[in-house]
Amino acid sequence: MAAIANTIFSPELAARFDKLVTLYPVKRSALVPMLLYAQDEVGYVSDEVVAELAQRLDILELDVRNVLSYYSMLRTKPAGKYNVQVCTNISCMLRGGYELLDHCKHRLGIGHKGVTPDGLFSLEEVECIGACCWAPAAQVNYDFHEFLTPEKMDQVLDDYAAGRGKDVK
Amino acid sequence: MPNSVSHPDEVIVLKRRFGQGAANIDKYLELDGYKAAQMALENGPDWIINTMKASGLRGRGGAGFPTGLKWSFVPKQSAKPKYVLVNGDESEPGTCKDHVIFLDDPHAVIEGTMIAGLAIGAKMGFIYLRGEYRYLLKIMEKAVADAYAKGFLGKNIFGKDGVDFDIVTQTGAGAYEVGEESALMESLEGKRGVPRIKPPFPAVVGLYGGPTVINNAETIASVPHILLMGGEAYAKLGTERNGGTRLFGISGHVNKPGVYELPMGYSLRKAIYEVAGGIKDGKQLKAVVPGGSSCPVLKADEIDVGLDFDQMAKAGTMLGSGGIVVLDETVSIVEFAMRVMNFYQHESCGWCIPCREGTDWLKKTLVRFHAGGGNRKDIDNIQYLAENMMGRTFCPLGDAAAMPTLGFVKKFRSEFEEYLEGKRTEPLLIQIQPVGEPELAGAH
Repeated sequence: MAAIANTIFSPELAARFDKLVTLYPVKRSALVPMLLYAQDEVGYVSDEVVAELAQRLDILELDVRNVLSYYSMLRTKPAGKYNVQVCTNISCMLRGGYELLDHCKHRLGIGHKGVTPDGLFSLEEVECIGACCWAPAAQVNYDFHEFLTPEKMDQVLDDYAAGRGKDVK
Repeated sequence: MPNSVSHPDEVIVLKRRFGQGAANIDKYLELDGYKAAQMALENGPDWIINTMKASGLRGRGGAGFPTGLKWSFVPKQSAKPKYVLVNGDESEPGTCKDHVIFLDDPHAVIEGTMIAGLAIGAKMGFIYLRGEYRYLLKIMEKAVADAYAKGFLGKNIFGKDGVDFDIVTQTGAGAYEVGEESALMESLEGKRGVPRIKPPFPAVVGLYGGPTVINNAETIASVPHILLMGGEAYAKLGTERNGGTRLFGISGHVNKPGVYELPMGYSLRKAIYEVAGGIKDGKQLKAVVPGGSSCPVLKADEIDVGLDFDQMAKAGTMLGSGGIVVLDETVSIVEFAMRVMNFYQHESCGWCIPCREGTDWLKKTLVRFHAGGGNRKDIDNIQYLAENMMGRTFCPLGDAAAMPTLGFVKKFRSEFEEYLEGKRTEPLLIQIQPVGEPELAGAH
């Protein structure tokens, strides 16, 4: 018996959430991972997501929004199908992170937090992603791409555009 | 995939199982896996803590607190459940060592967590990875599931009656501040990652109000190796009061960037010029940020120093998270300082005013300075602001922003002045215009 009738999530995700809340001594602990997983499925954290997570965790929608607004990976508007996140923090900056970001801006025709008109790509300049020794690095959704050059970045974007890119959820 | 690197000067302890498929539990068992946990189970908490004390292991997150001592602070009797919390929210710019541990040896983290749990009498551990590490979470989740399937986790672990241990893995969702231990607990409790006041320290009042040991992922992954080789043997690999080896991530302008395992106290000069292959493209060294972006910078003539907590402190900087970022002669320190402050302003959680306002003010000043709109008074003002942030916040983020800034201004003051006079010729990388900054500090 599912914990929530009329869930907005897929049966798999709903079942995953039913289990997730039981793992912690306090249900609310599941909130941050739940927000991420919900975003992965819905594309962003919608009002409906906020309402259902609040109901699942017996907390106020305000509590959910309070947490939602804190974390930089969570968004309340749709991003592109492939969210390109270019790191420009120090280690990447020293090895061409800004050049890479500029290249992506030109190639995709969008700026920071922009989405291409076809909805395929969005672009973000992000802070350190933990790939400093393999700089410059970028993430497309959750996948890392290291030792990038503008040419390699083109290849990566071509692969995603053709549906050949890795996409771990 | 991160590339694997090696150098003859490396002393391999933590990296022993790297590149051998140890994410597979059977392979891990072949490589002496879970032997340390069973030794810990047989010998009991006092033996574990004494071995850890003898090892001289100090926290690899950056603060360098002795691990054995930290564990011994947890009260033996507690009305509330005790917990182990592994901090894998690796976010310090320049740091990617935990990344390779989760990738190459996930079971070492699990085994270390169990041993910490046995030492303090906890029945539950949490392994918290940063949100960006989703593919590493999958590796950790599989490793945890495999350990449950073998009976190493859950009820009656290793067939021992009455000894239970559970592990939950999860990620954050993007926040540097959550790498601070009290903010990490808040995040794990499903809240905004803002710091808690100390005392009480987590060893007394931590997660869900229970006594909690919080250790960095590298610290935890070192634990099984230490129990297997003995505390004294591990200590001997390093220097006095700085036992063992450590993963150093060398990045920036070097020929062979990578994560290397070097003994504590190893020469910083050799780490840059020999281990990491020297400065890229035959250029000259300008400066080194020795332990992640919050550590005060060292000039090119200050690198004859040993990589341990005490020697680095003596040199006026910190060993930090072991992320060594190397800058060649082409880098503008003004620009670098601005980029660093841009990060801290973005990541300040906004809880403490000196940090929230200080980082914002410093960023605005540095952005204006960088764009050519600075004046001489700004240089003093940057120093004044940074000095007034130090020690005035709940957590060390305020210090982490102030310390490198002070280092840049004090050690490269002439460069700031020459920048004003238009004498600096380094090519600038960043185009940030100082006009209108609608963002509020702390808002993402």
